[in-house]
Amino acid sequence: MTTRVGVVRFPGTNCDLDAQWAFEQLGATTEILWHGDASVGAVDAVIVPGGFAHGDYLRTGAIARFSPIMDAVAGFAAAGGPVVGICNGFQILCEAGLLPGALQKNAGLKFICDTVDVRVSTTTTVLTNSTIVDQVLRIPINHFEGNYTCAARTLDELRADDRIVVRYVDNPNGSLDDIAGICNAGRNVVGLMPHPERASDLLLGSADGNCLLESVLHAAGARVAL
Amino acid sequence: MALFEVLIDIAHLPGVADPAGATVERALPALGYTNVSDVKIAKSIRLTIDAPTAEAAETQVREMCERILANPVIEDYSLRISETTSP
Repeated sequence: MTTRVGVVRFPGTNCDLDAQWAFEQLGATTEILWHGDASVGAVDAVIVPGGFAHGDYLRTGAIARFSPIMDAVAGFAAAGGPVVGICNGFQILCEAGLLPGALQKNAGLKFICDTVDVRVSTTTTVLTNSTIVDQVLRIPINHFEGNYTCAARTLDELRADDRIVVRYVDNPNGSLDDIAGICNAGRNVVGLMPHPERASDLLLGSADGNCLLESVLHAAGARVAL
Repeated sequence: MALFEVLIDIAHLPGVADPAGATVERALPALGYTNVSDVKIAKSIRLTIDAPTAEAAETQVREMCERILANPVIEDYSLRISETTSP
């Protein structure tokens, strides 16, 4: 059975089609989950893609967290379903409280559009189960608010519980501890600023994102098989 | 019930980057204002609320700040509430 990936679309989301394309070329079926719907349907994994949900008004992700779909995403996550937030999706998951901390403006005061190296810090998450520790992946970033921050106690917890998923090799935005992505305590909710769906074919300059997307499909498939 | 005008000031917590403030601070000396420091650009939200008392209005506005208007991880807020007759 093919894995069904649900891709959430808010008003202002703009990486939904890229995410669909990237997962479909890996053999998954995908469907759009409209933000106003209160259910994620029968999907096996949920992607909260990048963009500018609700215009980034008030704060990035602040309004999106109150869209009806987010209660369903939280329920899906609580049941162990794989949920990955990419870029604006990471910001939304933080605002929704599914991940700790917040993403503040880049330390260099600039919007950054670049392709950077990130290093896998842990493989026991829904995003990295098909990678190896210390593997370096070349993946695009595209953000103004990607500077991860959290309380000192939260950072201690993230480190102690091995919940920092990927780190920048050369920190571009001032993120605490070079954090590019983190996971929740259950390790089934991951948020990251880099865009693996934009590194899904050599024609795009890198296919390094595919091992992350395959990890999501692997996690979703393993769960379906349970 | 009475109408209260509320002014909410949302500022970055100390240590949180304020690129807009930093940029303005760097721009001011170019106009000759060389004695300005600590420029912070904050958000202000004005609203009118219908509540039985000023205390009730404040309680609700604080709840709104905690739940959506401010993000306690990176922001702090302060309030000014005054009774008004016109909405």
